[in-house]
Amino acid sequence: MNLSISLTVNGERRDVALDDPRVTLLDLLRERLHLTGTKKGCDRGQCGACTVLVDGRRINSCLTLAASLDGAAVLTIEGVAHGDTLHPVQAAFIAHDGFQCGFCTPGQIMSAIGLIAEGQAGDDPERIREAMSGNLCRCGAYAGITEAVLDAQHTLAAAEKGRAA
Amino acid sequence: MTPFDYIRPATIAEAVAAAATPGAAYLAAGTNLLDLMKGGISRPTRVVDISRLPGLDRIEALPDGSVRIGALVRNADLAHDAAFARAFPSVAEALLSGASAQLRNAATVGGNLLQRTRCSYFHDAASACNKRSPGAGCDARGGENRLHAVLGWSDACIATHPSDFCVPLVAFDAVVEIEGSGGRREIALEALHRLPDAAPERDAVLDPGDLIVAVRLPAAARNFAAHARYLKLRERTSYAFAVVSAAAALDLDGGTIKSARLALGGVAAKPWRARAAESLLAGASPGLPAFRRAAETALAGATPSGDNGFKIELAQRMVARALSLAAAGTPARVPALPASPFSSTAGALHVA
Repeated sequence: MNLSISLTVNGERRDVALDDPRVTLLDLLRERLHLTGTKKGCDRGQCGACTVLVDGRRINSCLTLAASLDGAAVLTIEGVAHGDTLHPVQAAFIAHDGFQCGFCTPGQIMSAIGLIAEGQAGDDPERIREAMSGNLCRCGAYAGITEAVLDAQHTLAAAEKGRAA
Repeated sequence: MTPFDYIRPATIAEAVAAAATPGAAYLAAGTNLLDLMKGGISRPTRVVDISRLPGLDRIEALPDGSVRIGALVRNADLAHDAAFARAFPSVAEALLSGASAQLRNAATVGGNLLQRTRCSYFHDAASACNKRSPGAGCDARGGENRLHAVLGWSDACIATHPSDFCVPLVAFDAVVEIEGSGGRREIALEALHRLPDAAPERDAVLDPGDLIVAVRLPAAARNFAAHARYLKLRERTSYAFAVVSAAAALDLDGGTIKSARLALGGVAAKPWRARAAESLLAGASPGLPAFRRAAETALAGATPSGDNGFKIELAQRMVARALSLAAAGTPARVPALPASPFSSTAGALHVA
């Protein structure tokens, strides 16, 4: 079987011939497109390390068949910075020690970007924690992660206001 | 994952025809199916991808006051649809209490109804499981079974249905629209899932090729919007399946309950409607005495299936608490920790 799909990955169109329909989006990104920033943790949708945005929404790439995403726009951790300028969420994770070993961090950051875009949590740390519960951190950097999300949300809101003014 | 043929039909009719053959499985988001396939629990030889079928991703308010939810509506989109959440707040709360934000962004309405049990013996290919391999036996019976069923279980299977969403839906008389080889039909959600009896391998009363295309909530469900809650006890604060859950809704007329709706989750192989308890509440005055009587009635037929006798008492307390919260009124906004009995005020520490 040969399936051809076309994706926009980090703004760039990628045409991929799949020789096997079993390929998940996670394996496609890592093994075929060599975008290894997205991590494989549990590979079963439990840890969130593989979180990416598909058409602007955060999902677990390990539980998504690549073949089903023909035509979709995918954003991974490799696509969030502008050159050497970090995305505000990336900068906030550094400023607030939102990680230790760093393995879960790409998933945490993509999840946080998705959370902020969803606009449901507001300034409530409890809502942030609840909305980030699909991302596990075995080092236990949760306190810093929550602070980073709150801070980045303010930065992004201020930037948005600046643009609107 | 075992190899499979991947088919993407363009119409519902093509999908039904493609999935009617043995070994076929429908794929929507895949959040449950792919997990099962990776574990070797599901081994479809043909995967029919319905995620692009047109017209199944809409939430429609129908002229008779009912609402029709397309089978491909994502859990998060339904929960955050303002008109839907206003009319059916406990359904939104149940959706938001399930899974994680990433999974809710992907998982569909139809897929939620047909998700498989989280019984760990079902998920462990090395264990005996009558649901997975009919006739193999049930290792859960003598195993770790404190989370298993206390209602409607059989000697063959003591697994529970894991859905949160289905619990308020069944309380509100939701109807499932099904497209099959013989055309369109509809059944009450309460009649969709099967109790295990001697055939636990059949979760639902669906035939090969049957496709859930929509779920409808009748207009009468709107009468409960001011007093409707979903309450879910988990073994961690978030992102866990229910030990026990309860959907409670009241239609109050001054100091009297005009009508009540009650269903439980995590206690049986299907979302468990407690009709006798509802009858008891109708005409009663809202308060703990009536709620406790209703709770006892709801669990009247419950028996432990293993080390889970505690769930009977726990479920009774959850019912009384859910009814009390419903009587107090639907909160203006879904709490920070949806459906949590430990939910605190905004900004407070969840561990405090």
